[in-house]
Amino acid sequence: MAVTLGIYYLTPWLRWDRGPSLPDQAVLIDMANRRFFFFMIEIWPHEFYFVAGLLIMAGLGLFLFTSALGRVWCGYACPQTVWTDLFILVERWIEGDRNARLRLHRQKKLDFRKVRLRITKWISWLLIAMATGGAWVFYFADAPTLAINLVTGAAHPIAYTTIAILTFTTFLFGGFAREQICIYACPWPRIQAAMMDEDTLTIGYRDWRGEPRGKVQKGKESETGDCINCMACVNVCPMGIDIRDGQQMECITCGLCIDACDDIMEKIGKPRGLIDYLALSDEERERSGEPPRSVWKHAFRPRTIMYTTLWSLVGIGLVVALFLRSDIEATVAPVRNPTYVTLSDGSIRNTYEVRLRNKHGDDRMFRISLKGDPALRVQIEGTPYEAVPVPADQMRNQRVYVIAPAGSLPADSETTPFRFWFEDVSNGDRVYKDTIFNGKAQ
Amino acid sequence: MSKAPKKFDNDPSTTGHEWDGIEEFNNPLPRWWLWVFYATIVWGIGYTIAYPAWPGISNATAGVMGWSTRAIIAADLKEAEDKLAPINAKLEAAELTEIASDPELGPYAVSAGSAVFKTWCAQCHGSGAAGAKGYPNLLDNDWLWGGDIEAIYTTISHGIRNEDDDDARYSEMPAFGELLEKEEIDQVVNFVMSLSGEAPDPSLVAAGAVVYEDNCSACHMEDGTGDREQGAPNLVDAIWLYGGDYDTLKETVTYSRYGVMPPWSRDASSAGRLTEAQVRAVSAYVHQLGGGE
Repeated sequence: MAVTLGIYYLTPWLRWDRGPSLPDQAVLIDMANRRFFFFMIEIWPHEFYFVAGLLIMAGLGLFLFTSALGRVWCGYACPQTVWTDLFILVERWIEGDRNARLRLHRQKKLDFRKVRLRITKWISWLLIAMATGGAWVFYFADAPTLAINLVTGAAHPIAYTTIAILTFTTFLFGGFAREQICIYACPWPRIQAAMMDEDTLTIGYRDWRGEPRGKVQKGKESETGDCINCMACVNVCPMGIDIRDGQQMECITCGLCIDACDDIMEKIGKPRGLIDYLALSDEERERSGEPPRSVWKHAFRPRTIMYTTLWSLVGIGLVVALFLRSDIEATVAPVRNPTYVTLSDGSIRNTYEVRLRNKHGDDRMFRISLKGDPALRVQIEGTPYEAVPVPADQMRNQRVYVIAPAGSLPADSETTPFRFWFEDVSNGDRVYKDTIFNGKAQ
Repeated sequence: MSKAPKKFDNDPSTTGHEWDGIEEFNNPLPRWWLWVFYATIVWGIGYTIAYPAWPGISNATAGVMGWSTRAIIAADLKEAEDKLAPINAKLEAAELTEIASDPELGPYAVSAGSAVFKTWCAQCHGSGAAGAKGYPNLLDNDWLWGGDIEAIYTTISHGIRNEDDDDARYSEMPAFGELLEKEEIDQVVNFVMSLSGEAPDPSLVAAGAVVYEDNCSACHMEDGTGDREQGAPNLVDAIWLYGGDYDTLKETVTYSRYGVMPPWSRDASSAGRLTEAQVRAVSAYVHQLGGGE
């Protein structure tokens, strides 16, 4: 909980130097300028497939963990669980342990103590909720500047609205709705059933050991099982279920019942593990007295190996794509209205709409040249030079002409393929785009 | 014998209607529902008074609030105009030749000019400005009246061969069908074709040169390069406004051509439709299409 919360609250405050004209926030979703920064990686909108790839990896990762370990996401990493745990923690500090809280809850009279405790608790929750909403908006703007603006009231209304909405939802979901969100609002509990199988580690009750339930009677050979029906497992369950009824949709595998039961087992001198992480396939073996198979045997099976492979493939693909992408980029769109223009000396001219992207933090000159039929010649609109400047971290739309002299092969043929080269003059980085030249014959 | 119908425990009241022993329960609408229904009726009456609603013979009732979509659009247009007023004023004050290189005015003039062009010019010159037979191609580097920004601006402002603007560009080739013999026209067409390519009948070229010298060279110049001062086309290049084949040229010489363009500037003529800023913007747009000089 501390780890996940720490990551969430602190990330926007990390700095990362990118040069003079780019923001220095390590993780920043810059909606206004349509850029996404993640440490040394900068993603433009047309590279959104990186984000899609990450989401695919997240999905596959979720499948992998669910099929191997059950709902560990729900129990340990899901924001709903993390914030609920945090809220319960606050509740415990202010109102005392579970029994004290229950007493307070059942107390009908609204005396001073109850009002004071309730208000303290709600204000603490509200502050946490506001901090949560506040941290969210820092991902979308320069955090220190925005923090000052938020306090002085100079920030954009959208920032305040976002904070208000997130404050409200955090307060409501973490403080009051809690497991209702998991049961009624979240689709994952329904999907997880398809991800799990009999080898998945999940929380289970060894009923062959525990049943029949009954009190321990001193000095007598007990006829009952190990379960003494103390209800400790039910009391700690954040989802309010009885794990002894078997696997249930509500279970988020948080493991609180395991800890609670182990405590009791130690107190009554019985072996631990009446409630434990176990795979359903082991149930048969344990009933017949065989030892359970090792965790590794459960974890390595075709299904998890396939998920891991897919996950790795997507990951490797993304990393490769990340390293292969160039810091300069160009797209070329031949103008088709009209496809060609005859000039007064009879030469044929084609026009191309070229987009040049400079992903560097400083201005760069792009030289435009072509490779193909030697008769073809490049001319850049608006300048006699063969290079154009592209401002830092910007895109430039540039019209480029290609001219074939009268009587040359490209001028008289239907189409002639050729290649545009775009070169960063400062360091020689270059990219190309293949396109065609339309001649008179078409 | 039929049994008495079994009543429900809580015996809901009926409407009192009965058909062959079948009774109808009285299930009134929920109160809140009914009141919401009444409220919508009241609201609906109020709405028809406040807003345009009831159709009449030629028009609908206007409504007491004076709401109209036309007024909204007019307001939107006014707002856009006001927003652009400062930059349009700058555009009007700028030197024509300076517009393209101005970092603020250049891109603005081109995008504003593109909108003007697609609204007013594309009908004849095409949305891609490639023109058509009789409508000059604005992408190439051949200009009847000049291709620098000043010349383009003058042409757009005053138009060509129109009666609405005294400053309109004006040139008129005589219809030589009334002045020359058929053979002479044949000869001169062959000569003109020989200027930029091959004459269909080379034997007539020499005679055509004489006809050309006497009748055409005053405007089209002795070497056939034309004269922009008079709007006389260049006859030696590869570009023909109406076509460079034998039949088309013969038609051109016999009957002449009379292409027109309206005056666009409001300031120059009462027939003009564009403001000074719009004329300047579309001039800048045309100038950067690829043929500007």
